[in-house]
Amino acid sequence: MAALLTVFRKELADHFTSWRFIILFAIVLVVGVFAIYFDAQYIRQSVTESRFVFLQLYTTSGQALPLFIFFIAFFMPIVGITLGFDAINSERNRGTLSRLLSQPIFRDAVINGKFLAGAVTIAIMLTSIILLVAGLGLRMIGVPPSSEEAIRLFSFLIMSIIYGTFWLSLSILFSILFYRVATSALASIALWMLFIAMFVFPFFTQTGRLGLTVMLISPITLFWQIVTITLIPTARLLGQVIQTPSPLALGQSMLLVWPHLVSIIALTVVCFAISYIKFMREEIRST
Amino acid sequence: MATQSAVETIDLTKTYNGITAVDRLNLRIEEGEVFGFLGPNGAGKTTTILMLLGLTEPTSGVAHICGYNSTREPLKVKSISGYVPEKVGFYEDLTARDNLAYTAGLNGLPAELAAKRIKEALGVVGLSQVADREVKTFSRGMEQRLAIADILIKTPRVAFLDEPTTGIDPEGVKDMLDLISRIAREQKMTVVLSSHQLPYVQRICSRVGIISRGQMVVEGSLDQLGREALAGGRFIIELQLAETTSELVDCVKKIDGVVSVERQGDLLVVSCTEDLRPQIARTIVEANGLLVQMKIQSYALEDIYMKYFTEG
Repeated sequence: MAALLTVFRKELADHFTSWRFIILFAIVLVVGVFAIYFDAQYIRQSVTESRFVFLQLYTTSGQALPLFIFFIAFFMPIVGITLGFDAINSERNRGTLSRLLSQPIFRDAVINGKFLAGAVTIAIMLTSIILLVAGLGLRMIGVPPSSEEAIRLFSFLIMSIIYGTFWLSLSILFSILFYRVATSALASIALWMLFIAMFVFPFFTQTGRLGLTVMLISPITLFWQIVTITLIPTARLLGQVIQTPSPLALGQSMLLVWPHLVSIIALTVVCFAISYIKFMREEIRST
Repeated sequence: MATQSAVETIDLTKTYNGITAVDRLNLRIEEGEVFGFLGPNGAGKTTTILMLLGLTEPTSGVAHICGYNSTREPLKVKSISGYVPEKVGFYEDLTARDNLAYTAGLNGLPAELAAKRIKEALGVVGLSQVADREVKTFSRGMEQRLAIADILIKTPRVAFLDEPTTGIDPEGVKDMLDLISRIAREQKMTVVLSSHQLPYVQRICSRVGIISRGQMVVEGSLDQLGREALAGGRFIIELQLAETTSELVDCVKKIDGVVSVERQGDLLVVSCTEDLRPQIARTIVEANGLLVQMKIQSYALEDIYMKYFTEG
């Protein structure tokens, strides 16, 4: 346990002092602020009868730029991948892994510590961005969130963290499977682009059953459906998200996203489990 | 366990996909020894070390470190042994001190003790001046020394140094090996050293083992190995006399245990079954000969090594 904490603390410190994290944080923050700014402009100019004005900050398209939630769906994979794609293979290449494993620690402390540090980094990043953006939005539209809106926003935060964690565990898996850092980075990016393509182009849903089935395990699609239902109370799920005039109660929305959420968690757990087993069984070789 | 060895392997075997890397290796290293573990690249040195440390599981056989089974009690073994891998590396963005602090943390040392040990270890390897510099600014030699400091943090009973001298300049090699032998002496640490720098290994190792294709070819102290390999198990003594007469040669030949006497220029080369220097000296003096100098032939590890690998 002490070893796990040591690894965790070091990895966390590494993430927060690394340029790649600072740059990513800046990009996500700037994009988020822009999205919210234009959304707020749009909300101020338009007339709405919705009870959920505050949530519209995150879900309304201000025409100039796509929605805030789209940015989260789009960028969180990059954040997760960046935090994990070289987790194990860079240590192996630098010659720190065998030194690390010759210390009196259980081997899983290394992978658990790294995973946890990545997940906490994602959580801190998302929390601060969503709160910052909320503060900015509050100032611009001047409508405070109702308690239901606050709860929905909080669920959105939790779901985004899980979504980011999925990409983290996927990239850690690749960092164990592939010897070279460039390969694991490319593999993660390739998968991300594939899912983005499936999400953006309706081609897959038109290929019938197979396309729909693949969509069911595409984390981007799953996440998109989860957040729209969570943040837009009038949204319904019918294969694809549609909107109806009458808003759903909070509990009903949660019930609707539950299976999708479980799918993402399951995908995360599967990736992590494979990484874990592979890493525990891996032999340290002389060459 | 009265006669417990620092390192012991019994029929240690490792097979990778049908290729035997280590083949029924029996090795015994006593506490406090500096053991030179030699052999060509790919002979199975690193694999043996990895199995001893419990980082790789043996296909069959057992490995013990100070009486602990490396496969069953890896944590115990890892806490009393230090390992410097061949391609040792550090976290480049961290300072030397932070790198060592990480090791200390993983070993569960309390912060105060850790700080003290880090300071000491950096002092021992001569890196105190650069303790707060990032490791990426270090030369290869400095990194190797930091690796030595890294194992000193946990004050191990056995240290495995796998090629600690690769990629450093001749002077650095000398410093490094002096450092290793000094540490072994001062900290009463058993050191298993694998290196290709044979002249230096000869200087600091009390015993060597030569391994080839996963099997121990020969093992023992240097003198013993040299005699066995190069002189058919005999002691070779060289004499220089003020005047070499055939009577004197006959006198020497008559000493018990002398096998042959040869004249090589103004030197007499005496081959005998044991170290007969006192007897030879007495015989010459009694025969009124004038002894200028006498020395027992020493063997260069390089010659021994080459002998095994040109024949085998």
